[in-house]
Amino acid sequence: MKIYGVAILAGCYLAGQIIGSYLGVWLGINGNVGGVGFGMLFLILMNSKMKGSGESVNQTKGGILFWSSMYIPIIIAMSATQNVKAALSGGWVAVLAGILATIVCLLLVPVISKLSTSNSN
Amino acid sequence: MEVLDNLIVKNGFVIAFLFVGLAMYVAHWLSKTFTNKKIPGVALAILAALIFAYFGGEKGIADYPLFGGMALLGGSMMRDFSIVATAMGASFEELRKTGLAGIVSLLTGVIVTFFVGCSIGYAMGYTDPVSFTTIGAGACTYIVGPITGSAIGASSDLIAISIAAGVMKTIFVTIITPIVAKRIGLDNPVTAMVFGGLIGTTSGVAAGLAATDPKLVPYGALTATFYTGLGVLLCPSILYMIVMYSLGG
Repeated sequence: MKIYGVAILAGCYLAGQIIGSYLGVWLGINGNVGGVGFGMLFLILMNSKMKGSGESVNQTKGGILFWSSMYIPIIIAMSATQNVKAALSGGWVAVLAGILATIVCLLLVPVISKLSTSNSN
Repeated sequence: MEVLDNLIVKNGFVIAFLFVGLAMYVAHWLSKTFTNKKIPGVALAILAALIFAYFGGEKGIADYPLFGGMALLGGSMMRDFSIVATAMGASFEELRKTGLAGIVSLLTGVIVTFFVGCSIGYAMGYTDPVSFTTIGAGACTYIVGPITGSAIGASSDLIAISIAAGVMKTIFVTIITPIVAKRIGLDNPVTAMVFGGLIGTTSGVAAGLAATDPKLVPYGALTATFYTGLGVLLCPSILYMIVMYSLGG
């Protein structure tokens, strides 16, 4: 049943949130450290346990894949609810700091990617 | 009208599904008809969403009652839930191969962003260590900025600037990623993870990658989700100390 998949996803998500929150407390940060990342790792593990291609396994996976495909619409809704006005009203300091820091990091993407590929070869 | 108003308030979430669906349909149609699919429909939809958000308020378009449900659909709970779901498309092997690069890119991302942000603040007249650090932290993400600012006692207008810097970054990443993707080699899981670690804003990374190639989203999101935590950890502590020391504060 599809709800099994949704429940597995919810379980992975919540387990990740719990770990992320406690990690935040433990590090003395008022926030969630990598909660989504842990949730993703749990789901990858669960996915590797779901072997076979029987109807029940496919149904379960379908429940997760539906939410995975809802991701882009959610991102669009998220973009529409950003505080764009505030971003532009912070003045030039905010605009320049946000944009230039991003450009520098974008330039570093190929450099660090190259480092990692040459290391693993 | 009252009947209709009530209906809108009660069904905001469902209305959001309808609007986002329509927006995507129109965006894909525009992409196919006018750009020959050169500009992905998703990128057009996100750009349009940002422009609409400008005409809203603090919660973007969701400040209008009709679009109130967008705040729930696009809120952090739904966002994180669906990002976790994208892990179904990620392979464990790829993640292991990129583990070290992920960590390197996270550290580099936070530190480089912080100092670039700081320097711009400095060049524009924010020369005391607290302002300097708060603006640098804001350049990381709009969460790192205010947390760092309040930790080191920054004023509220500085915190507002740091939030603005972070939101600006998110928006810029969203728009620029599909444009520069080819040039920075953003077409494989390894690069996507490095990208997520260097850039760090989960919303920006996710939206930018979605507009570039949805298959890369889980890899970028996975590293990006650690970025804010790392930033919150480093900015008000080690990086603030380095700033104090180097400014002779």
